[in-house]
Amino acid sequence: MESVGSINPSTLSVKDLPWQIMWNKDKCALCGHCTTVCPVRAIELGVHRKRVLQVSIGLEEKPCNLLSVYFGIAQRTDVAHACVGCGMCNMVCPNNAIMPLRSDEIDKLRFHVNQGGEPRRRGGRRNSPDSILDKIKFVRISMLTDPALDAGRHEFELRTMLGRILPPEEMQKVSIENGWMPPVRELYPLIIGSMSFGALSPNMWEGLQMGVAYLNEELGMPVRICTGEGGCPARLLKSRFLKYVILQIASGYFGWDEIIHNLPYMKEDPCAIEIKYGQGAKPGDGGLLMWHKVNKLIAAVRGVPQGVTLSSPPTHQTKYSIEEAVAKMIQSMYMAWGFRVPVYPKISATSTLLAVLNNLTRNPYAAGLAIDGEDGGTGAAYNVSMNHMGHPIASNLRDAYLNLVKIGKQNEIPLFAGGGIGKNGNLAANAAAMIMLGASGVQTGKYIMQAAAGCLGSEGDRCNVCNIGVCPKGITSQDSRLYRRLDPEKVAQRIVDVFSSFDMELKKIVAPLGRSTSLPIGMSDALGIADADAADRLKIKCVL
Amino acid sequence: MCRLLSITSTDPISPMVAIRAIDVMKEGHDGSGVGLFLTDLGGEFYNFKDEPILSGIFSNEGLRNLDRYMIDHDFMVKYKLSIKPAKNPPVGTPKRDNYVIRVYEYPEEWKGLSKEEIEYRLMMVQLQLRYMGEEDESMLIFSFWPDVIIIKEVGDPMAVAHHLGLDREELMARVILAQGRQNTNYTINIYACHPFFIQGMATATNGENTAFIPIREFLISRKFPGYAGYQSDSEVFTHILHYMHNHLGMGIEMYKHIITPLKDNELDDHPNGIWLRKLKQCCRPLIVDGPNCIIGCLPDKSVFMVQDSKKLRPGVVGGRPGVFAFSSEMCGLNAAIPDSYINLDYQPMKYETVIVRSERQKIEIWNQLEALTHPH
Repeated sequence: MESVGSINPSTLSVKDLPWQIMWNKDKCALCGHCTTVCPVRAIELGVHRKRVLQVSIGLEEKPCNLLSVYFGIAQRTDVAHACVGCGMCNMVCPNNAIMPLRSDEIDKLRFHVNQGGEPRRRGGRRNSPDSILDKIKFVRISMLTDPALDAGRHEFELRTMLGRILPPEEMQKVSIENGWMPPVRELYPLIIGSMSFGALSPNMWEGLQMGVAYLNEELGMPVRICTGEGGCPARLLKSRFLKYVILQIASGYFGWDEIIHNLPYMKEDPCAIEIKYGQGAKPGDGGLLMWHKVNKLIAAVRGVPQGVTLSSPPTHQTKYSIEEAVAKMIQSMYMAWGFRVPVYPKISATSTLLAVLNNLTRNPYAAGLAIDGEDGGTGAAYNVSMNHMGHPIASNLRDAYLNLVKIGKQNEIPLFAGGGIGKNGNLAANAAAMIMLGASGVQTGKYIMQAAAGCLGSEGDRCNVCNIGVCPKGITSQDSRLYRRLDPEKVAQRIVDVFSSFDMELKKIVAPLGRSTSLPIGMSDALGIADADAADRLKIKCVL
Repeated sequence: MCRLLSITSTDPISPMVAIRAIDVMKEGHDGSGVGLFLTDLGGEFYNFKDEPILSGIFSNEGLRNLDRYMIDHDFMVKYKLSIKPAKNPPVGTPKRDNYVIRVYEYPEEWKGLSKEEIEYRLMMVQLQLRYMGEEDESMLIFSFWPDVIIIKEVGDPMAVAHHLGLDREELMARVILAQGRQNTNYTINIYACHPFFIQGMATATNGENTAFIPIREFLISRKFPGYAGYQSDSEVFTHILHYMHNHLGMGIEMYKHIITPLKDNELDDHPNGIWLRKLKQCCRPLIVDGPNCIIGCLPDKSVFMVQDSKKLRPGVVGGRPGVFAFSSEMCGLNAAIPDSYINLDYQPMKYETVIVRSERQKIEIWNQLEALTHPH
């Protein structure tokens, strides 16, 4: 006889899942909010049958079964509906009756998230809480001969530069000859990293842009934001706020029709153009916007049909090599804006970095280099790329800086570091460490999503469903029922909070080091780490 | 914090005037060293104005190596001042064999060389000798340049001065730059004693420059052999001055625009703001982060003083036509020139550079907010 149920290789129990839903029947009001809010429909109304044994006292009545039914929550165990641990159920529960808990052992789900031969794809982060940046301390404290400064009252000049900076001798020569001087932007050293319109919801994007505009125009902080690969809404392209925006062009060229068409209507030049050759979260892989998120608006901005997955190629298909890409692409981007806008490449951190860098040093147009480490976040990528591909940012950035020092071009090509800055919440400390290792500034995305919009992701594989458009906070969703949860005004307010507090923390770091007149780029004598190998590799002090 | 004093006088004066002023400011230095830069020399050296003078400390073995090297390179001693120190040096001062101040005749083959080439070669000789004697400290070389004598020693300035007999007539000079050292975070090393010298210019500094490492990296990466040493974070001030003067061809009024550039909003209002902003950008790694007061002497024998905005107690310049002194403290000035016209006393503030030219008639004050005088 065939059994009623069947077990196949991918049949999982709740215990096999990474997250188990703990539900308290006594507290549950059966309101249904949790099942409604769950982004992956991991929980549903459960109708549970229960047998109660009824044994009367005495012998007159025989013991019997009483069958009853009660209602509550059932956790689904099929692969497509496994709980992602986002915790939204808990957030909406009026009685705190439900909560996902992390399994006490390694889950079995991971062996089955390749149904139909499709490997796991997800958004989010690398899910590794390790951070060498968190371990770096600032050890050169000014004492006695050079008293520490007052972070609250002293004047600090904490700006950085983006653009090709000529060596002093050449600057004089060009100045006398009235020749072309590369454009240089003075900006705040913390840049909101590239997160595309499409990866992010319209409300999130609007909130970020409003926050950035407020920081610039009301607080005088020259904060810049990069668009990521996905173009830019025409309204922003034609506005005066474009000057706060770094436009990104990547291998899919998404959104560039719109940008080119709007060139004649631009009132302001963009801050810069970032050419993405690589991304730290998925190095060697192109952008990926899954069909779930390609709605009418996104399709219009990107110039593509609705509802198709947009995977960018891993490299710029029109280019044969990095040399050609650097030479031609950078130059053509310069030409588009009359050589008034800095153009720089962004690459993923890699052990072949120095080849790229040396190439850039010989290109008089390269306005800088952004390096994105393995801890960068993404809206969508293959799990294997996120977890196993890539190079940590700290040593890569340090190598790049010291290489520039060797050839005397450390001030000519600014380096911007991204990928894992503030991954565990220590944004200012991580940023300052990168700057003192040689970065001219840092780019951050994940921290902004968490602090400004309440992203639920953690380094413990929580949520990570940015790719399929079901972000329960409405940050990375294109579904208006979801993104209306996110108030752009509130996001803007949080952006201002984040930058204001970052600024104070940065001052609290540089003031005791006695630095105030310029950003301490390359001030490696201030850094220490309690790990001899790391100290040796980064050429900083080992402190125990 | 180290104590600084410079005196520039129409009539040659004894280095003891500066040493006494340093001694008056003793509260601020710990006697860990003294450095003297003498130029526009009087005394016997006046007769050898164009010949290079070697200043240094040598062991007996080092002296033999020096002679061998100089003979090999066809340098002939023209005049020498031998300082044979007393047998027992003062407390804290190491026992030395020879303090050498020698005037050499240029090698025959240098004749007809350009001024730049000669200056480069003189620097290279100084560096080669320094490197030769570095390991065993048999040779400590401070300068090899015409019309320049440098004396440095570890110990209390006054005690060292008596020990070496610095009141000799031969050491009279029109420009004297002296520092009484307060040893800071680097080990006591004679090469860390100010003033620092490179190709005719010297500076002495007090305070601490926290931007030292990136500045040093920038200077070393200019690949100019003279940008070396850096036993003290203050040596970069001399080399920045040299870089500005010799490589960028700029005058002293640009020094502050490089080491302490104007802020962005100040540049917006400056008549040369656009150019100065470019200069600030391309010289960004040379921005210092004090507090620092710098006193220096240029190849044309002008003496100057600058400081940054964090220097809470600025240095002072004063004197009277014919003789002026720059001092890190008011009491030093009073000790150096007791009969100065006190109405001429001037304490330069964060935007200012004060200069006394070799005519020694007035104190020129240059303000960073003013328009530049030369077209750039």
